[in-house]
Amino acid sequence: MDLGPHAAFIVGAYVFALLIVAALIAWIIVDHWRQRRLLSELETRGITRRSERTAERVP
Amino acid sequence: MTALTALLVRDMRLAVRVGGGALIGVLFFLIVVTIVPFAIGPDLALLAQIGPAILWLGALLASLLALDRLIGADYEDGSLDLILTARVPLELAVAVKALAHWLTTGLPLVAAAPLLGLLLNLDPTATGAVALTLAAGTPALTFIGLVGAALTVALRRGGLLLAVLILPLTIPVLIFGVAASNAAVVGPVPFGPPFTILCALTLISAVIGPIAAAAALRHGLD
Amino acid sequence: MALIDLANPSRFLTLSGRLLPWLAGATLFAFAFGVSQIIASPDDYQQGATAKIMFIHVPAAWLAMFIWATMSVAALGTLVWRHPLADVAAKAAAPIGAAFTLQCLVTGMLWGRPMWGTYWVWDGRLTSVLVLFLMYLGVLALWRTIEEPARAARAVAVLTLVGAINLPIIKFSVDWWSTLHQPASVLRLSGPTIHPSILIPLLAMALAFLLLFFTLHLAAMRNEIMRRRVRTLMLMQADAAAGR
Repeated sequence: MDLGPHAAFIVGAYVFALLIVAALIAWIIVDHWRQRRLLSELETRGITRRSERTAERVP
Repeated sequence: MTALTALLVRDMRLAVRVGGGALIGVLFFLIVVTIVPFAIGPDLALLAQIGPAILWLGALLASLLALDRLIGADYEDGSLDLILTARVPLELAVAVKALAHWLTTGLPLVAAAPLLGLLLNLDPTATGAVALTLAAGTPALTFIGLVGAALTVALRRGGLLLAVLILPLTIPVLIFGVAASNAAVVGPVPFGPPFTILCALTLISAVIGPIAAAAALRHGLD
Repeated sequence: MALIDLANPSRFLTLSGRLLPWLAGATLFAFAFGVSQIIASPDDYQQGATAKIMFIHVPAAWLAMFIWATMSVAALGTLVWRHPLADVAAKAAAPIGAAFTLQCLVTGMLWGRPMWGTYWVWDGRLTSVLVLFLMYLGVLALWRTIEEPARAARAVAVLTLVGAINLPIIKFSVDWWSTLHQPASVLRLSGPTIHPSILIPLLAMALAFLLLFFTLHLAAMRNEIMRRRVRTLMLMQADAAAGR
């Protein structure tokens, strides 16, 4: 596909858009892992939410 | 004396006291206008051409200065709690505080503008136009700034954040203020339309500003 | 199921977890279709292939405004109806909105350089988007500055709504200003009547980006809910350690 004399700018624009989207996705995934890790760490230390504790107590 | 009048008088008295910030705004205005030629060069023709813009920018930045004290000072000494729990509607109370702020900070800027216009080689028409547009537009800057002040009231370094939040919202005022000033001197647009829109912006902000500021105070402080 | 049923964060997490893979899949399909349409689209008469930048520039601009509208609705949810997930929705949307605004600006600059000979032009559209970007940054700054989540949500809600009211005013002012200061050559980005061969790829990419926003937003909301749980648990832990 011939992009003409300004091909660099066209490709550059699309690459930048791709980078932005990739950065957003990466941020979300990394944030997700971090929160999951923190939650499981707190859980192993025995600190849970009220609802989870009452769920345990109910026979 | 009604509660609102008392609030107005109190705020004005506090503003003109030492540390109140009323005349500091004018001083900052003078300093900004003074340093611009050092950056741009002393070419009088150029300065006359961009003079209205320099004056408007200086007035805008000077207005920003005293804003974080507008509500912050009351927050620190506890009088904000009294204002919040008073029988006077909060919207009116903050509107009155904004009015006091404009009378003590904005109006001196308007008065100083003609003198500073001399420094920038502005002719009498241009000076008059700038002063008139500043008179019409600086209340808008105060009312918009009021919202920023209310949002950042409890923050420690709220002053900078206030500027960041408020400046984009003041862009329309700046656009029409400078356009009206330039119109009176150069054309091509007549003075009327941008000046009318400037007045409209002030009126709109006089309504939205206090409402938003009151909402910010109510929701932000519990 | 009423909106209020989604207010339960656990319920929301379960439902959104099921919905997310489908949204992501739909997004991928939409982008595949959109890109195929771009490749098939003809070159512009005046601008050649460079006009293809439009297909990632204009949808980003639309999203930038759409996301502020989303934040405004969330702001109303926070202030008026006190819907619990409104805070979460608002906070999750802000960085995504800022990112797409930046995409619009940069692709606009890369489009401007070959077209107008300069990276930046103070034309009405680019300038309005720049101001919008500054407003997004202000919102992000306010989120970070107020520590307590509920207080932060309410402050940001007020700012978002004030910003929403101002956006048409700013757009009008900037457009008016830019016609005053229009450069000597008349710039026309694309005429008011867009040929279908250009319109279809544009709408396809707009749909793809919209689905992308929904996917990202949903995922970010889930993260935010988890973040708040972590914070609550850490506060509980601190309380327990202090012997309360």
